[in-house]
This record gives sequence, structure tokens and C-alpha cells, in this order.
Amino acid sequence: MKIHAAGENALIVYLGDAPGREVAARVRALVSALPTALGELLVDMIPSYASLLVVYDALATDHMQVRRCIESVALGADNDESSGRCVTLPVYYSEESGADLSAVAARAGLSVSDVIELHCATEYRVYAIGFAPGFAYLGELDERLKTPRLKTPRQRVPRGAVAIADRQTAVYPAVSPGGWNLIGSCPTRMFDPGRDPSMPVAVGDRVRFESVSREEFLRAGGEL
Amino acid sequence: MSGMEILSPGILSLIQDSGRRGYYRLGLTDGGPVDPQAHALCNRLLQNNAHAATVEVTLGGLEIAAGVGTWICVTGAPVPLTINGNERPRWQVLRVAAGDRIALGHAESGCRAYLGVADGFRIAPVFGSCATVVREGLGGLDGNRLKAGDLLPCTAVAERAPLRLPPGQEPRYPRGVTLRVIPGYQEAHFPRLQQRRFFACPFSVSQRADRMGYRLEGPTIGCDIEGILSEGICQGAIQVPADGQPIVLLNDRQTIGGYPKIGSALSLDCAQLAQQTPGAPVYFTPISQHDAHNALHLAQVFDANRRLEEYRL
Repeated sequence: MKIHAAGENALIVYLGDAPGREVAARVRALVSALPTALGELLVDMIPSYASLLVVYDALATDHMQVRRCIESVALGADNDESSGRCVTLPVYYSEESGADLSAVAARAGLSVSDVIELHCATEYRVYAIGFAPGFAYLGELDERLKTPRLKTPRQRVPRGAVAIADRQTAVYPAVSPGGWNLIGSCPTRMFDPGRDPSMPVAVGDRVRFESVSREEFLRAGGEL
Repeated sequence: MSGMEILSPGILSLIQDSGRRGYYRLGLTDGGPVDPQAHALCNRLLQNNAHAATVEVTLGGLEIAAGVGTWICVTGAPVPLTINGNERPRWQVLRVAAGDRIALGHAESGCRAYLGVADGFRIAPVFGSCATVVREGLGGLDGNRLKAGDLLPCTAVAERAPLRLPPGQEPRYPRGVTLRVIPGYQEAHFPRLQQRRFFACPFSVSQRADRMGYRLEGPTIGCDIEGILSEGICQGAIQVPADGQPIVLLNDRQTIGGYPKIGSALSLDCAQLAQQTPGAPVYFTPISQHDAHNALHLAQVFDANRRLEEYRL
């Protein structure tokens, strides 16, 4: 573990060099332990692949005190890799709901059904949430599905689009521009300000995708 | 519902309160006033809660019609203020009657002014705040910038002490700023020579400067690495993409990102940066985390000791 200065009221804790299950579990453990340890001094945290940004109240404490607190908490944190909720997200995989599905299959030298099977076979970890409200970066995609980002990003990716890029996958929480490869669509809203909780997943959760038919997708509120 | 009607929003007018806190886990950024001091003084003069919503006016041009009798105050960048065509002072609580027309001209220096009303604009909070972040579509009226015809709800208020900043004590908005920087994040990946160049050479504000971040132009700053694993970005973080031109990230920044960062600018100086327009000179100077801490405390004491005075109506 390394702790670097980030700003006047922030430290960044590096818990590894590469994304992976073990590092994600360490990030998650620190995220769950720090609120109790820092109490009111903690303003907010940003967990990511292999790091945790800790923002504190600089008028009530200082970087030395926060650093000591992080060090002592990290020693005793529970790093159980299997912990965290598991959330299942339904996906309607098709050319109609995922414009790049056949291109992804062709590039990988696989059939479309192989792509669907491989995408559903992995249990993913939510590595980070950012880019846009509710955008959850899930890893790691099966090596065989590894696909570069599109050369020219799309101006408009529909809400619910299930997409892959490099060794990551995600569900677009809202209409936005985007350069990931679209392989399907998920009827579950990834971000809904009017609902509590507003997201079905949190950093550190495990996620599985489940292939559903067009009818099931529409019945669950999916839009084409 | 009564309140203030927008006749013209000017270039960019946004509802802001003190910002959204505690939702980084959903990917939500801070929002809030890019000049928090001017926003806070506006509310303090109006004897409002410190979190009350004001309108942040970028460059000027806002015109509104008062639908109720209340008190207003304009702080921040020096924009000519008129009520029914008569010039009125800023940094001062002013009485307005229903039917009055309030107009803000264009900033003579600086670029963000704040218009507040007694008891604040009454806008339903989203995730604990009505701060508008257009990129996220959250806050304000439906997550958007203000437009002509919008009604900003506020209540009629009869009594307010007529406070003002003592004349001569108004914050100044000079062109150009020196940003105090706490080295951090990937600073070790910036070779010594590149760091010296960063802290010695002048930069200037580019055309791409907004509430997300200020892109600067100047000498190319080299870094050993082009990208990093995406990680949390704090207010004021200075990222240096492969083109070597630094970007100082402000209130509406994305919460995570994968460009190397050399450190972060002090919030007090970010507020001054956000008052700069394209072409303004920008310098960086390093300070320790300890000195940054002291600067924040001094600023807090200075604010707490600032006296407001009553003037004769």
C-alpha cells in the first residue's frame, strides 16, 4: 500500500498496480472500514480499480492524522475476495439491441452465441463508477472477447446499451456519446435519481449477466 | 407559485447552492459555485443559510423580472447592476418590488457573478443539492442552464437588515492568477526538468475553459507515462494529457480519470482561476500540504472576521 498526496484535503491510497479480484477486495475493505474510523472527518471517497481517493475535512483534521488512520485501518481490514453482493442483470443480446454484436464475434473468430455465452459465463467485479452518473466499469472480460474501442465514437449510445471495450464491460446508464462496442441491451435502469437506491450496484459488488429473450426484455421495461 | 422570471439568461446562468456532497460513489461530481467565496458572501449579506441557492452568472447579461417584493444582492465579478434602469451598487442588500426589472451587464473584469435573494431560490434538491451540473442533467430546473421564461421560485420577504460590505473591501478580480500547487498523485513520473518548466513558465487560459476544467496553453510538459489506471480526481487536480498542456479540473469534473496528474491547485486559487477568461496569464508555484493547510485556516479566519455594515436605506 502506498499513500500519496492528492490535494489540500485529499489523499490517494494505491492498493495495487493492476486491476484484479484481490486488489478490488482490498479497495472494498478499506471503503467499508474508513467511514467508522474517520467519522465526521471523512467528506467522501472515490474507489477505483486499484486506488481509493479519500477526501477529508481539512479544517477539522490534517493529512498526517488521516494518513495514520488509513494505515491502521488497512492492517485490520477484511479482504475476503468472495464478499460483496452478487447482482444479476438481464441482457437481450441481438444485432437489433447491440449494433456491434456480429462485428465483435467476427473479430474474435467466434459465433454470436459463443460471444453471448462467454459474456454471461464470467462473474464481474464493479471496479469503478464514474465517467457519468451510474456508469459502472465491470471487469474482467474473458480474454477472447477483448475488443478495442471504436475508432470513431458514436454520437448517441442508447440507455441500457451493454458494451465492451478492452477487457471491460458496462451498461450505459443514460443516452450519451460513447466509443464502446454494443452487444446487447439491459432493461434494468443503472441510474435513476428518483429511486432509492438510485443504482443497482456499488463498487466492489459482483455482477453476472443473464441472456433473456426479446419478449422478456420488453416485459422488463426494455426499450428498442 | 411566485418568484423571479428570467427575461434573458445572458451567456450562461446556472442555479448553484454550495454543491453536492457524498455521492461520488454514484459518479456524481460536486457542482456548486466555482467562486465559493463570492457565493457565500452573497448569502451572508442576505442573512441566508450558507447553502441557499443563488444564480451563478458567467460573463453577464442576465435580466430578470421580480414577481415578488424581496431583497436581492449581487456579488462576484464586477458586472454593472441596474434595477429599472438605475445603476445600483453590488455587495449590498437591495430592496426590490414586484414588477422591478433587474439587469446585469457584462463583467468588466472577472467572469462569474452571483445573484441571490432573501431566503434563497426555492428549488427542490436532487441528491441533497440544487446545484446544476448540465453534463449530468442534475439540479437547477431539470438539470439545465436557465433560459428565458423560466420562473425561479422565491418568497416575498418584507424585512431584512440592509447590509453591505464596507466600501473598499470588495474582493478584486485581477486578470491573471498564480496557482499554489500541492505536488502529488503521479508527480514522480514528471522528470525534474519538466517539473521545473511547469513551475517556472507562464501559461495562459485557452478557449476551452469551463466549469469542468480550465485547459491552459504554454510550454509542453512531458511525463514518463501517457495514462494510468483510472482513479479518483479531487477538486483542483491538474492533469497533463499526452499533448503536454495542463488542465486544472474544477467543480463539474468527472470523478475518475486516467490521465497523469502532477498535483492539485489550492481551492482558494481555483476560485480565482474560474474568474479568468481566455488569454489570461496563469503561473504555478509549489507549496507543501502543510502550507496549504495553513492557508485554508487563515482564509477561514479572515472570512469569519469579515465585518458587514448596515447602511441607511
